[in-house]
Amino acid sequence: MSLIKVTIDNIAIEVEPGTTILNAARKIGGKVVPPAMCYYSKLEGSGGKCRTCLVKVAQGSAKDPRPMPKLVPSCRTEVQDGMVVQNITSPEVLEARRAITEFLLINHPLDCPVCDQAGECHLQDLSYDHGLVETQTIEERRTFAPVDIGDKIKLHMNRCILCYRCVMVADQLTGQRVHGVLFRGDHSEIGTYISKAVDNDFSGNMIDVCPVGALTDRTFRFASRVWFTKPFDAHRDCPKCSGETVLWMKKDQILRVTGRKDKYGELESFICNDCRFEHKDPKDWIIEGPRKIERHSVIGQNHYEINKERKSDGGF
Amino acid sequence: MATQILLNNIEVPGLTGIEVYRKLGGYAAVEKVLKTMTPDEVSAEVKKSGLRGRGGAGFPAGMKWSFLDRKVDKPRYFICNFDESEPGTFKDRHLGSLNPHLLIEGMILGSFALGARTSYIYIRGELFYILNILEKAIDEAYRSGYLGENILNSGYSLDLHCHPGGGAYICGEETALIESLEGKRGNPRIKPPFPAVVGLYGCPTVVNNVETIANLPWILQNGGDAYAALGTQSSKGTKLISACGHIRKPGVYEVEMGLPVEEFIYSDQYCGGIRNGNKLKAVIAGGSSVPVLPAELILRTDRGEQRLLSYESLSVGGFESGTMLGSGGFIVLDETACIVKNLLTFARFYHHESCGQCSPCREGTGWMEKILQRIENGRGTSKDIDLLVHISKHIEGNTICPLGDAAAWPVASAIRHFRQEFEDHVKLQKCPLSR
Repeated sequence: MSLIKVTIDNIAIEVEPGTTILNAARKIGGKVVPPAMCYYSKLEGSGGKCRTCLVKVAQGSAKDPRPMPKLVPSCRTEVQDGMVVQNITSPEVLEARRAITEFLLINHPLDCPVCDQAGECHLQDLSYDHGLVETQTIEERRTFAPVDIGDKIKLHMNRCILCYRCVMVADQLTGQRVHGVLFRGDHSEIGTYISKAVDNDFSGNMIDVCPVGALTDRTFRFASRVWFTKPFDAHRDCPKCSGETVLWMKKDQILRVTGRKDKYGELESFICNDCRFEHKDPKDWIIEGPRKIERHSVIGQNHYEINKERKSDGGF
Repeated sequence: MATQILLNNIEVPGLTGIEVYRKLGGYAAVEKVLKTMTPDEVSAEVKKSGLRGRGGAGFPAGMKWSFLDRKVDKPRYFICNFDESEPGTFKDRHLGSLNPHLLIEGMILGSFALGARTSYIYIRGELFYILNILEKAIDEAYRSGYLGENILNSGYSLDLHCHPGGGAYICGEETALIESLEGKRGNPRIKPPFPAVVGLYGCPTVVNNVETIANLPWILQNGGDAYAALGTQSSKGTKLISACGHIRKPGVYEVEMGLPVEEFIYSDQYCGGIRNGNKLKAVIAGGSSVPVLPAELILRTDRGEQRLLSYESLSVGGFESGTMLGSGGFIVLDETACIVKNLLTFARFYHHESCGQCSPCREGTGWMEKILQRIENGRGTSKDIDLLVHISKHIEGNTICPLGDAAAWPVASAIRHFRQEFEDHVKLQKCPLSR
């Protein structure tokens, strides 16, 4: 199949037909990649909801050069041959993105100091890049009490941005989905309708796909800030999943096990709950070495890669 | 009396029964079409009529039909959108409850033209009493051989079902309607693909409004050209206008497109003027979603031309000084009405009805409502007015479906045309019109 040409922020690239603008931008990499809070390449039908990845299509295609009338969600818009896209070169896009960030934050509790997700939170990254310095809201925020959905997962609905990723994980990865989005508008909430535990072998992946701290690991709750832990690639023979994980360690203790995430925060492969929650002993794992952290610089701030002395006294 | 296509016999007693309906010439169009015409000829006739979608967007119905993917080997579906929930719009319920067979006849014609073997009427959950009327009428149509296998020995078979929604405004958006009909949460889909290609159960689907479909029997009986002879250059035929608010005679009126707005408001044949002889202040011409216009701009355009009830005339001046015909919910406000309070009512509605799928609409609608609440209750600041403009500007165009736009336009237009009134609320720290 012949490749088609698309220009994003004046950078030309050739991609396969059917590629979305977002994925074309990811092929270029760097600053031209729009932020994505709800799109998840491994989940079918995801994206289009958060609107942070809106871009301007200045030229529809070589055949039909008209610009698209509105900003389009880059995660759900396929490129056409000769398409010209503006992301960070369009003031209109940046303004819209600032507004979307503001919308996402008006009901967010901003409780980062006590949130386990802090340091690896996509909403933090987004507001760091596109947020306003001062809030324009004086309104009361919507509030929900935190609930346990199952014995391993905590749901903080206050923090949820309704990306629907966890719903799609449950739909596409597990046999039966027992949770979903209830109610409408800004009263929507993730819930199990009649208080039911989300209980299946792969439910833990909901935590990994959550872009914010709405779903957190109860076995890691308040154990440490993530940037005080050190991630190591590790694997084990697992009959249920690939067994390829990241161990988040403090000294020789495993505080948390997660899947391996790429630089866009997406899992390389989904892992089972057995690996995630039940194997906190380093003896269970074959440690491959320190994990390279690319995107979430906050974790990198702990200089774990260059901290050589630690290696000598800590034993790993 | 102006030409009546839809409300012609609406006052005849017993019209909901098939005998009376047939005596008045009902189902003649079905007999004519099924016996003498091909589906393509029906589509061509509708295209010729220039009929535009009556649900609000005003998209030409014939063109919408022509987008239907006819190449793919899948069933096709024809759906009637009876999820009429727009504040100020109550034309479909009037028509559907009093003349159900007209809608059913239109459904048969549309389904035949599009090649649908199963069709649905998706009716708003709150209109349960109309569901009962429709189901009774459908039963009668089955018994009389207008529905079911081999209709009138033409070889064409059609099943027609009614499906009540759960009462969500958003399910009036065609893709949310399809999701709901499939038994899912009524969230609008991201387009493209459009329903004409991937619709109900992944099959090509056309969704039309009740009023659009109810026009089909007349068009096929009298010809597309006869329909196109009515109305104006680009708004053909008649339109049901549901008039409400501070007028002497609220109700549903059928007007020929191109009737002057002034005549519609003041003529005794229609609204009969403003109640108690009050002064006209503003009109929301097409249901709550369209921009509000002050008296001087609804009667005359900014160019000084007379404003007419038609798609093109109402939109003269764009959003700066124009509005839209929308779904024909004509809300009239007199001098005693508070624009802020009125707007707050709408904002509360959109906040309540936002599906919550995409962030600008989910968060923005609630935010706007809270700010308007504050202003109306005398706790607003002048910064709040600019903030409202800021929010509405950033919802508009950035959402998955038009509900975001529908929530933003009334706010933006009210502030554009009545800014002084907002400032008075802030200055006086109360509503200047409250007693």
